[in-house]
Amino acid sequence: MRRRFVIGKILGALSTLVFVVVFNFFLFRVVNDDPINSMFRGRNLTPEQLERLRVKFNLDGSKWEQFVAYVQQLLHGDLGYSLKSSRPVSTVIAEAIWPTVLLVGTSTLLAMLGIALGYRAGWRRGSSFDAAATSVSMLTYSMPEYWIGMVALGVFAAGLGWFPVGGLNDPGSTATGIERLLDQLHHMILPATVLAVAYIGEYMIVARSAMIDTSREDYLQLARAKGLREADVRKRHAQPNALLPVVSLSAINFGFVLSGAIAVESIFSWPGIGQQIQFAISGPDFPMLQGLFLLISAAVILANLAADLLYGYLDPRVAGR
Amino acid sequence: MKQNVSNAWSRLRHDRLAMVSLVVLIAFIVMAIITPWVSDRDDIRAVNTADNPTWASPSSQFLLGTDYLGRSVALQIMWGSRVSLFVGLAATLLTIVIGTVMGLASGFFGGWTDAVLMRITDWFLVIPFLPTAIVLAAVLNRSLWTIVFVIGITSWPSTARLVRSQVLSVRSRLYVDRARALGAGRAHLVRRHILPNVTPLVLASTTLAVPISILTETTLSFLGLGDPTQVSWGAILNEAREKGAVDRGAWWYYMPPGIAIVLVVLAFTLLGRAMETVLDPRLRET
Repeated sequence: MRRRFVIGKILGALSTLVFVVVFNFFLFRVVNDDPINSMFRGRNLTPEQLERLRVKFNLDGSKWEQFVAYVQQLLHGDLGYSLKSSRPVSTVIAEAIWPTVLLVGTSTLLAMLGIALGYRAGWRRGSSFDAAATSVSMLTYSMPEYWIGMVALGVFAAGLGWFPVGGLNDPGSTATGIERLLDQLHHMILPATVLAVAYIGEYMIVARSAMIDTSREDYLQLARAKGLREADVRKRHAQPNALLPVVSLSAINFGFVLSGAIAVESIFSWPGIGQQIQFAISGPDFPMLQGLFLLISAAVILANLAADLLYGYLDPRVAGR
Repeated sequence: MKQNVSNAWSRLRHDRLAMVSLVVLIAFIVMAIITPWVSDRDDIRAVNTADNPTWASPSSQFLLGTDYLGRSVALQIMWGSRVSLFVGLAATLLTIVIGTVMGLASGFFGGWTDAVLMRITDWFLVIPFLPTAIVLAAVLNRSLWTIVFVIGITSWPSTARLVRSQVLSVRSRLYVDRARALGAGRAHLVRRHILPNVTPLVLASTTLAVPISILTETTLSFLGLGDPTQVSWGAILNEAREKGAVDRGAWWYYMPPGIAIVLVVLAFTLLGRAMETVLDPRLRET
């Protein structure tokens, strides 16, 4: 890969990150001119108390001073204090991050089954398999993920009683070791499947159209002319080339699955980032929202950077020699 | 232009899925429009429903049953369709206007303007748009216009990209050079040559942007960021969840709003894809 390509991509990601930080600052201090007032609306605080809160949350001084202070805090990993629990935002996030990583990771792996379906559908365009896979994808694409979650809860938890209605573990359970792990798995099956169902369609549609584009290439004719069996043409020549668009879309999908987790987590009382966002909205707990937004954006920016670099590695035409 | 439109229409008419979608959409739009004439908004205000049974399953009196306050679910869905469709369409309009202006400016002026505008577009493309919409909606006042603004400001970049690439391809065509050589000004070029060529694609992308706007509206309302004084499909689902409709097995409360969302979103998506195929010759062959 050309060094210029790599550096360009890294600088691009950095500029996006800077944009997010500035946007974040503006959102909570400029769009909403006096967050302290709106946060403690109706609590009858004296002007002195309000002033003390402004100092505590770094809202005194000019906008520029506030911005400098905000960036300095960020660089020290300090995201401020939650208004609700008064705990450091970074601590709350650190606790909530693993459940989300587990949930989003599992459902992303499940949703990637869509890639295999899409390849098959695209390779046999117009077949009944293609028609069925495409219709199902369009249908799941149209369903809000939280509604799928409600229906799944209604049928499999409240109705049939196969799965627990929510949480990470059974409350009051003292199980440890392998038993605790199995219990967590039991709790995760429903939310992870719901998220996977909601996003399998996107993978399937992208993989299908990538495969259709690839299937028109001349080198496939050449491979056939060499006498390769159709299955080998697909596996060895078509699929690796159809992987490229899927790589870059995986990063975008990562953002979608992470966003989808917000509503799904709150439905299943899954103690992750999404549930914290739901809590922070109802406050509103601005420092929490700010920190969570920064974290999610940074994760998605990194995922995009990784996808870009991988793409450049897989397809040297993009990165230059 | 007229010829093109009638051509496109006759091709679209043979697409059965697209026609079914169109009928579904017209049905929902008619429902949204006639609701104020066939029902009374006050019928779903809690103060007027004290005599109704609560959590009643569907019956001849309440086609889709009632909720925890005895309000008719069917009526809530009818009133909700107005908000969901209005926000979906208005937000799409805003998305398309911002996207088209950015894309036109970027593709037509090129150079520094292009570089700066595309950098901004890239930022908005990479940042996950639902979390952005959530934090924006959280700091602003809860109202329908806030939701419209928030969706518009976060979802324009793909339209901008699309318009820009179309402008670049049109701009380099011979007849545009010829018009320029004959002394055509910028305004004339944009109005007579660029816009007519960009419009069909923008139209198709509008139809595809509506379902995304509607889904975003329902999600924001579901998370409690909607206008608290209005009924929308997402808000109904949010209330159903908070009041324990799922645990009670009150399927008539949470199934219908979801099905309404799926029908409208699916219909817009199928229609949009059919239009895209008709309008973009590259997608048509084979």
